[in-house]
Amino acid sequence: MPKTSKTASQLQLNDQGELTHLLTLEGLSKEHILHILDTAQQFVAVSDSDREVKKVPLLRGKNVFNLFFENSTRTRTTFEIAAKRLSADVVNLDIQTSSTAKGETLLDTIDNLVAMQADIFVVRHKTTGAAVEVAQHLPPHVHVINAGDGTNQHPTQGLLDMYTMRHFKQDFTKIKVAIIGDIVHSRVAKSNIHALTTLGCPEIRAIGPESLLPKDLNMMGVKIYNNIEEGLKGVDVVMTLRIQKERMEAGQVPEGDEFFKQWGLTKERLQLAKPDAIVMHPGPMNREVEIASDVADGPQAVILKQVTFGIAVRMAVMSIVAGN
Amino acid sequence: MSSIPNAEDLYQTLLNQLREQKRISPDFQLAGLASGGAWVAERLTKDLGLSSHGVINVSFHRDDYAEKGIKALNSSEGMSTKLPFEVEGAHIILVDDVLDTGRTVRAALNELFDYGRPAKVDLAVLADRHRRQLPVDATFKGAKVKVADDQILVLEQLDDGRFSFSVEAQ
Repeated sequence: MPKTSKTASQLQLNDQGELTHLLTLEGLSKEHILHILDTAQQFVAVSDSDREVKKVPLLRGKNVFNLFFENSTRTRTTFEIAAKRLSADVVNLDIQTSSTAKGETLLDTIDNLVAMQADIFVVRHKTTGAAVEVAQHLPPHVHVINAGDGTNQHPTQGLLDMYTMRHFKQDFTKIKVAIIGDIVHSRVAKSNIHALTTLGCPEIRAIGPESLLPKDLNMMGVKIYNNIEEGLKGVDVVMTLRIQKERMEAGQVPEGDEFFKQWGLTKERLQLAKPDAIVMHPGPMNREVEIASDVADGPQAVILKQVTFGIAVRMAVMSIVAGN
Repeated sequence: MSSIPNAEDLYQTLLNQLREQKRISPDFQLAGLASGGAWVAERLTKDLGLSSHGVINVSFHRDDYAEKGIKALNSSEGMSTKLPFEVEGAHIILVDDVLDTGRTVRAALNELFDYGRPAKVDLAVLADRHRRQLPVDATFKGAKVKVADDQILVLEQLDDGRFSFSVEAQ
């Protein structure tokens, strides 16, 4: 993983140091991240209720291909809405019924789509480094946005989480962030840890059973808590993660009820965090597994705000890479 | 050699024209183009005794995205479009500091029409450089000015609210 990530962070910038793909948040500079967040702030206004035409013409005439080799309704939909609000034409490829299912390789698929005048690929794949492989293969005027590669990175989710934290907490250098649950399988957690570190967050905590925490967290400057009550004390942001059963071996974690008892975010446990702490979740949620329903629907939850901000952040990323 | 125009003189001329407009037909709304035009609109609103003014950010409709990318989007000091009045059927006077090629005004019209269909749109500017590339003209203007072709005219607002122009290399 580290080898591809290093290549990825260099590969996503052009010769002028501008962002031409978005592949990883590891190694992406503070200036680039803040530029994306500031641009997203402008795009939030496109959805304003008094704006009759909720669409801007920046990507008029551009073709965006959504290539989702792994299922995802939310991410694919928000990318599609973002592209459409920028006036791009969007093609969603149904991979299950496409040529890939007939044995065509990923890069052959890409070549054919480039021949159809693709401008941006949004790629989700179960293999680490898939988006990097696509980026290496493309002519310079075509751009790739990584929408999740295996357990490696999910940069737009990380950026929309940063946007959400900045919206509610303003200053990254003054907040403590706790991430709870299945971190080892979570590309979201990894992207968040990289971005928070770059933005100067002084305390990132990882809370969960040993089997779900990656071994290299200490090296990334993350504090490890094997007790949820201890880990939640005094934090400003609580991020819960979905248990990714599909990426696990049997018996790696306790089943639903048992997990909830030990690691679930309940109202009582949330009271240990700061009174104005926000609760985030990248979705999809498993209620009563990693998060209690009354917390997910409670006043501190900003989970649906994350989804809304996600559209503006994806508009920002697409319009930045397509313009470079 | 061209000389730098006196922004305060131009402002007073523009203000007088809009006072006259208000006397004839007071039913209009001001919308300033971010960021210089928005400063002028804010001051005009105060001096004309109007209740509020709008701000228009033209970034989404600029025609140089293909060349310059998104960088231009953040050049308006974070001012987003805000129109605190009904656009549909209104008489709107766009306000900008400098009218030059006319391209910014074209973008501003597109942005404005995303909010509704005004009955009438006029344009008020402090300075008219008159190097038009589009069929656009100002209804109200401080003065026509001459600036060397390789220079841009930049409006600044001083701490006491007064305006001043400077020139910078393009």
